[in-house]
Amino acid sequence: MLEQDWIFGFGGGLLIGAGGVVYLLFNGRILGASGVLGGLVDGTGWDTIRERLSFIAGLIAVPFVLTLLWVRPDTHISSNIWVLIGAGLMVGYGARMANGCTSGHGVCGISRLSVRGIAATLAYLFAGGVAVLVFKHVLGVI
Amino acid sequence: MKRNFYALLAGGLFGAGLFTSGMTDTTKVQNWLDLFGDWDPTLAFVLTGAILPMAVAWRIAARRTASLLGTALPATPSSTLSPALIIGSFIFGAGWGLAGLCPGPSLAAVSYNGIEGLIFIAAMSAGMFLAPRLGKLFANPQNSAKNFG
Repeated sequence: MLEQDWIFGFGGGLLIGAGGVVYLLFNGRILGASGVLGGLVDGTGWDTIRERLSFIAGLIAVPFVLTLLWVRPDTHISSNIWVLIGAGLMVGYGARMANGCTSGHGVCGISRLSVRGIAATLAYLFAGGVAVLVFKHVLGVI
Repeated sequence: MKRNFYALLAGGLFGAGLFTSGMTDTTKVQNWLDLFGDWDPTLAFVLTGAILPMAVAWRIAARRTASLLGTALPATPSSTLSPALIIGSFIFGAGWGLAGLCPGPSLAAVSYNGIEGLIFIAAMSAGMFLAPRLGKLFANPQNSAKNFG
């Protein structure tokens, strides 16, 4: 039996993939959120600053419009400032060190059977599982 | 410029997909990672849905010499598993599990994630700024550009 969340998950996944298809076939670029933002933050992507800002504008604006037209989802984001800062630092630092995150290594890497993308995905899934085990079940901070 | 239009379209589709799939809900991500609690397989459906059209696009790209707008297509991926790739992914994954957020969903949700979402993005941006700079301290200078390019 398919739960409704899984159907929306698959449909949303197709839309994510469609975004990746457009970015690859039209722009010639791999859709990676940490790459698009990271290049703006550290200055390595300033030669393509308009393309990157356009991507981020779409990424922010469309969900905003959907909150007005459809539903405002509950994100259950942590209210613990140290969790937010610590996790944010690790996510940003680690994604740039590994040259990719869930979208670049996960979606785009696995779909071209990239050894690096698959290895990175296995590594961050493992670390994410350990983090939830430790922070939720052992320390109880999330 | 056409490139900016298609980047806006790609970002918009990406955002629509993250919104629709429920991936901006941090508990859905954390429950996917939580094998010892209330495991939620939704993320596997999202990843499968995203990989299918991308796998077709890679096959199309492989037969082309340039993108539809004439720009260069991505180079063939390296198969070298560097320490930076694995250690970086471990650090990234730990943060991802801790907050239930990664770069794409954190940006997609910025309009409805409150001040907490902005704090996460600020910290994530600081981490992105620091990565190539701290990396130079540890890495062989000949490798640093490759690892953090």
